[in-house]
Amino acid sequence: MTEWWTYRLSSFLLFSPRTWFRLHELYNAEIWPAQVAALMLGLAIVVLARRGGGRSGPVIALLLAACWLWVAWAFHWRRYATINFAATWFAAAFAVEALLLVVLGAARGRLAFAANAWRHPGIWLVAFALIVQPLVGLLAGRSLLQSEYFGVAPDPTATATLGVLLLARRRSPALMAIPLLWCAVSGAFASMMRTPDMLVMPLVALMTIGAALARRRRDVGPA
Amino acid sequence: MAGGALLPASAAAQDAALVTRAIPSTGERLPVVGLGTWITFNVGDDPVARDTCADVMRNFFATGGRIIDSSPMYGSSQAVIGYGLAKLGMPATLFSADKVWIAAASRGAAQIEESRAHWGISRFDLLQVHNLLAWQDHLPMLFAMKQAGRLRYVGITTSEGRRHRDVEQIMRSQPLDFVQVTYNPVDREVEDRILPLARERGIAVIVNRPFQQGALIDAVSQHPLPAWAAEIGCLNWAQVLLKFVVSHPAVTCAIPATTRVAHVRENMGAARGAMPDEPMRRRIVAHVERLQ
Repeated sequence: MTEWWTYRLSSFLLFSPRTWFRLHELYNAEIWPAQVAALMLGLAIVVLARRGGGRSGPVIALLLAACWLWVAWAFHWRRYATINFAATWFAAAFAVEALLLVVLGAARGRLAFAANAWRHPGIWLVAFALIVQPLVGLLAGRSLLQSEYFGVAPDPTATATLGVLLLARRRSPALMAIPLLWCAVSGAFASMMRTPDMLVMPLVALMTIGAALARRRRDVGPA
Repeated sequence: MAGGALLPASAAAQDAALVTRAIPSTGERLPVVGLGTWITFNVGDDPVARDTCADVMRNFFATGGRIIDSSPMYGSSQAVIGYGLAKLGMPATLFSADKVWIAAASRGAAQIEESRAHWGISRFDLLQVHNLLAWQDHLPMLFAMKQAGRLRYVGITTSEGRRHRDVEQIMRSQPLDFVQVTYNPVDREVEDRILPLARERGIAVIVNRPFQQGALIDAVSQHPLPAWAAEIGCLNWAQVLLKFVVSHPAVTCAIPATTRVAHVRENMGAARGAMPDEPMRRRIVAHVERLQ
């Protein structure tokens, strides 16, 4: 019997905001210039999504899977787990998402893009993840070295993935579950730390759910 | 005592003898202020932060501190303590307090061994069942370790008012040396039953979260230190709050956590000089409640 119900949410915040920011700082310094390579990867995903066609879906799925797998291993498993035992579970969840992207998105072709899908809100989420989200850290008092970057840190990777999934003409809903769950987890930790950007990931989730529901209504609406 | 005479008196209090309390089951004395490690020592592999923690420990021992408390629940804190102890050459005055925190009874011994290896010590002085998790299984194991000479004291812990009825029941039924609870001028539920029971049963009391994990000290620090603080030798709010806690006759020591050398020295200052009497304790409570 673990008696988890006797714990408050704040009991699971095992570290201070300063330690969290330093964790990112040391991680970013360690992996530099992987951030730049990941940004290039992100731009490639945008170009492929714009081009559409039969191969874009599987290739994008594989590229995203590589990002999720990297974050699972390099960030959650190797770094974050040193200060939070729950990070091993986060690593597992990110690895599962990578697996889902490979199996559903690449192998089974459940991710497909139409050409020139620029007007969809998904593109704004992707742009936010690649360019704006690292800068949000600056507003929250973090240095650029302490910020989070697409492809190597969990928040922008989840945001961009949700944006890409919104952009897709065809997608498996299962691919959205873990990124949305991560938005909730990240938001919960940020709110416990009371960081100024604590609402970012919950808002990303709400925007994704809203956009997905709006498109579904449009798709099943009267002809 | 009033006016200009107060400041020298307060400063003098910081040079006064260290106040200690006896552990009822043995009579061994402990300074009334210890060092907690919840959140503050969980800094992972950060070499700069690890050195800062070692500096905190150096100042803690230099000012007479003895008891350091941790848990397997506290992330890298145990390993950071081990780093600090190794750097300081294993201070002989250390009183090591840790916990067992695992639901599977069969894995309790392995977890304790892992904790011991993190600290780099030959044995713990005190092991406590953390938040009563699987206490029915872990307590017999801890008592057996004590019997075999592999442990000196056994205890249980709770925090933030969790499961006080169970704590009372265990205090009544088990031969505990220590109980660890949350207590401060705002969270005083333990005054009703647990602290009197500890005195009755001869159980030492460790107090966690004396500053409500920083929230209480953040709140009161917005206000000036009252002039009467000097009457009990307090130079800052941390000392007022800590002296309130450790002046309860049932309390053996408090374990505030910090990452700053200045704060650990302030905290240790609360283990010296005059302690508040009952009217002063009531005054502290009334004043802090007004500031909340």
